[in-house]
Amino acid sequence: MSDTTQSGPVLAADGTPLKRSLARALRMQKLRALMLIAPLLLFILLTFILPIADMLFRSVENRIVSDTLPKTVVALQEWDANSGEAPGEDVYAALAADLIVAVEAKTHTRLGTRLNYEMTGISSLFRKSGRKVKRWDLAEDAPFKEKFIDIDKDWADPEVWRTIQTYSPKYTNGYFLNSIDMQKGADGAEARPENQQIYITLFQRTMFMSLVITASCIVLAYPIAWILANLPARSANLLMILVLLPFWTSLLVRTSAWKVMLQQQGVINDVLVWLGLVADDARLVMINNQFGTIVAMTHILLPFMILPMYSVMQTINPSYLRAAKSLGATNWTAFWRVYFPQSVPGIGAGSILVFILAIGYYITPEIVGGTKGVFISNRIAYHISSSLNWGLAAALGAILLVVVLLLYWAYDKIVGIDNVKLG
Amino acid sequence: MALTPVTPQTPGFTAAVAAGAGAFFGLFVGTAQATGLIGILIGAALLGALGFVFAGMTDKEKPLRWATFALFVVLGYILGGLPEAVLGGLFGWFAGWFIFWLATSRYRQHLAPYLTPGQVLWHYTFRVICGVIFVFLITPILVVMPLSFNAEDFFTFTPEMLRFDPAGYSLKHYQDFFTNDDWQQALWNSIKIAPMATLLSVSFGTLAAIGLSQPHVPFRRAIMAILISPMIVPLIISAAGMYFFYSRIGMQGTYFGVVLAHAALGIPFVIITVTATLVGFDRSLTRAAANMGADPITTFFRVQMPLILPGVISGGLFAFITSFDEVVVVLFVGSAGQKTLPWQMFTGLREQISPTILAVATILVAISICLLTVLELLRRRSERLRGMSPG
Amino acid sequence: MKLTKLTALAASTALCAPMAFAEMADEMTIVSWGGAYSNSQLKAYHEPYSEKTGVKIINDESSAEAVAKLRAMNEAGNVTWDVVDVVAADAMRLCDEGLALEIDADTQLAPAPDGTPASEDFGELLVSDCFIPQIVYSTTFGYRTDMVGDTPPDDICDVFDLETYPGKRALEKRPINNMEWALLCDGVAKEDVYDVLETEEGQEQALAKLDTIKDSVIWWSAGADTPQLLADGEVVMGSTYNGRLFSVIEEQKQPVGMLWDAQVFDLDGWIIPAGLSPERQARALDYIMFATDTQRLADQAKFISYGPARASSAPLVGQHAELGIDMAPHMPTDPNNAKNTFLYNYEFWADYRDDIDAKFQAWLAK
Repeated sequence: MSDTTQSGPVLAADGTPLKRSLARALRMQKLRALMLIAPLLLFILLTFILPIADMLFRSVENRIVSDTLPKTVVALQEWDANSGEAPGEDVYAALAADLIVAVEAKTHTRLGTRLNYEMTGISSLFRKSGRKVKRWDLAEDAPFKEKFIDIDKDWADPEVWRTIQTYSPKYTNGYFLNSIDMQKGADGAEARPENQQIYITLFQRTMFMSLVITASCIVLAYPIAWILANLPARSANLLMILVLLPFWTSLLVRTSAWKVMLQQQGVINDVLVWLGLVADDARLVMINNQFGTIVAMTHILLPFMILPMYSVMQTINPSYLRAAKSLGATNWTAFWRVYFPQSVPGIGAGSILVFILAIGYYITPEIVGGTKGVFISNRIAYHISSSLNWGLAAALGAILLVVVLLLYWAYDKIVGIDNVKLG
Repeated sequence: MALTPVTPQTPGFTAAVAAGAGAFFGLFVGTAQATGLIGILIGAALLGALGFVFAGMTDKEKPLRWATFALFVVLGYILGGLPEAVLGGLFGWFAGWFIFWLATSRYRQHLAPYLTPGQVLWHYTFRVICGVIFVFLITPILVVMPLSFNAEDFFTFTPEMLRFDPAGYSLKHYQDFFTNDDWQQALWNSIKIAPMATLLSVSFGTLAAIGLSQPHVPFRRAIMAILISPMIVPLIISAAGMYFFYSRIGMQGTYFGVVLAHAALGIPFVIITVTATLVGFDRSLTRAAANMGADPITTFFRVQMPLILPGVISGGLFAFITSFDEVVVVLFVGSAGQKTLPWQMFTGLREQISPTILAVATILVAISICLLTVLELLRRRSERLRGMSPG
Repeated sequence: MKLTKLTALAASTALCAPMAFAEMADEMTIVSWGGAYSNSQLKAYHEPYSEKTGVKIINDESSAEAVAKLRAMNEAGNVTWDVVDVVAADAMRLCDEGLALEIDADTQLAPAPDGTPASEDFGELLVSDCFIPQIVYSTTFGYRTDMVGDTPPDDICDVFDLETYPGKRALEKRPINNMEWALLCDGVAKEDVYDVLETEEGQEQALAKLDTIKDSVIWWSAGADTPQLLADGEVVMGSTYNGRLFSVIEEQKQPVGMLWDAQVFDLDGWIIPAGLSPERQARALDYIMFATDTQRLADQAKFISYGPARASSAPLVGQHAELGIDMAPHMPTDPNNAKNTFLYNYEFWADYRDDIDAKFQAWLAK
């Protein structure tokens, strides 16, 4: 203790200055925390973040054209797409050389499929040409321009060449343009023809339906969370089982249950007809439209709203409400001015959780959504497994992900991710 | 536990409220039979009369309630046969209970004495609203159960089922589930995959949650965002991403690939629940343990773990159910050898119509109820341990 | 801390090292559609083959995603499937992209019992070099017999006739087949359908015709949808695969009838993925040789009402294995059923699928 009277730094027990010793302790503590987190962080990065980054990279990647037709791409650089004329013999010769190699490796049809997304007919053009080109000899069969046009007159079409030229760079924004209903035209980006515009509508619809689902979840969850928070623990826990039971029942089963309930010959319509409230020939249409999706998804996501609300409401002291009333507030004022503001964090937590989950839903809309009740995820799934336009799927996915991340950021700012509790 | 002393209500009041209820239900019976108006009148008159009479005879509650029950069973049977008799019975039970509940003022007993009649009315209206929402929550599951006993291979209530004809019911979908190799294999795969994924997410997740709850963690928000990401990235994007990536590194279609994917999906739940439990954890306990000479590992297993166990278990259950109910990712990442129960259900919906999936669902609901009960008991135990609730 | 490091190490090595896929000599993975169809293959092909060779067959029900998955496997250089059941259009795509093995019908497939080489026995159905056809199926309509009055529909255009047959219809959620039917019922001659559909106006015309019933259509995407909708009485008629309708009518005894008019033939069959190891490829070829011979193809028709792809199998088609009814009249190729038929136009749809599909989906979403 006598040391403290001396001038100079305060020393710890082992003689090092206290400041340094504390800093070291802090560093140790940080390191320890990081060591604990590291395995999981590494795990998530490897099993999850990396795959997603890898997939999103496909939305700009476009190596296939320059890889399959390396010489043609170079030769085509000189050609002016707006000239209205097909390119010269050198380009055709390069194409012949490239195609002979590509046909050997069977990659020409893959390229055809890729370019067919941009211009209808290229797929069969490449397939057809591939069969003929196979028998050509580079040295003997020149010149090639006439020969290609002989195979198919489309080879003389500047549009075909413009498409190849437009998509020859290694990276393209074409998929992103496509996913906002635009395309690469002769002079830069332009809107798609009206009868092919779909994605903007789908994004809007996805947002709209997610909002409606979130709103209906708030309306339905609030009373439930309130009653759970205000009942004695034993009965509340019993009711909690009713909330968790649907949560733990297979999503597929719940969705098919809604199908059984909502369809025109379904349970609800049957009951209404039986009660005489609806005529047998005027059964309500409640499925294969937005209504069906909204009802089924509200049901499926409701627990995600109830649980955070409940955990917030549990912390609100009921005596505030009583105090307000004893000070002369009416029931409504007491609720609206005293209770409700305290429950807002719960609403916020639940809403963003539900909204984020809703916006990416896929299976339920697919089964009950019909044509107007489907989400953008359904199109993503379609492009991944049926049309195989993976670049477009990745671009759509990237846009969706950005929206979700923005929401998450807002969520973290407003509520803080630590404040989410489940059950 | 009565809060308010009560006196029985007047016959007039009982009759009026009962008549209101009678009119409401009468409307539906009326529309079903032809006209709503007559239904309202008959319903109101019937229940009003019962209310008026019973209000004076509150001492004979039990026999009178049985009589009401019998009366409505008979009425239902006359109106529409067996199914209606069941409904009539339910309604008769409700009517008997409702009238005596009113007549003896039991409804007032548990409420604070200073409430105005309006507040009492609102209290019960609110309960009814909540009841309706609970019905919304639970009906789809209840609807599935009888359908799983369907004698036909469709998701349809057949006329036989509605007539309670035994021919309309059968156990064949349950039999199919227990004897069909596809289903058994799927169940077996799910049982192999889900616990493994849960184990991974729980062990990594708990460690990380403890790390995250230390006072000084650099980049805490960013780390948290990354760890939570499997929950917020739309499932279809995750599925596609993992599918491409896992095929590239040769893990697509392997047991290990599916386990890793599912573990990643379950981690946010573990992180969220365990960090929430750790908020209430008293840090001086670990210091005390260290003080008494325990090494960190002993401290962890002997002091910290038992206290945060409920959080870990509930996170683990969420992770388990995530894997057990996951279909989109496994559809992409898995192959035949990893066909899980949800995948088989998905095929069942897509390729062959079979209420077997409903039978499976019914079995799973039964298991869920058991699990939830266990969870509830655990929670009560932990609260008792931490002295937070009367138990 | 030791524990953490160890787990981290274990996890990262496990992640980085590609899993060596155990090549078991006596196992092969066959990919198919699932449901009754897989079952018929199990009975007709897999069980006898396993019995004969002792090879254990694992059935993977991923045919719906087969092209996507094969492409990803190929990208990764790790093909885990041995034989894959796909529709002809997918087989052509796979063959085009070099993802499927080319098969020489005459040397690698069994000749007919009378010695006719396989290429002649299959005839025109060998639509691609990689594809070994197995069955001919058709997409056609079923209708509720109790909801159509006394005049059951017998013309494809009855689908578009909302006055005579009010009620919902189930159509597949894709342009293929629907566009053709729409044009056919809008006065386009059968032989001109694809010429018209190539043009922008023709596509508009088909969509305009579909517009007239759009409000009454429930769009299906899974094969099990239409049978369920018909059984519920949710739709009065709906398109689906003929085998599904057979099962609804004969096995489930639902009040449903068949409308064979303008049925669209399509083929389903095997491909062998490219890039298998020599042993696996040899075994896959051996399986194919066995499973596509005349008798096996005829056997499959005992379990499901799809026509065998070999001409020589047709006379051998017998009775349903469980129901004991004659299968021949239920085959889409039966002369009584095949009065007016279409064959899926593979070339046309390979080119126009992306384009028309974009328009079709945009039209649907409107």
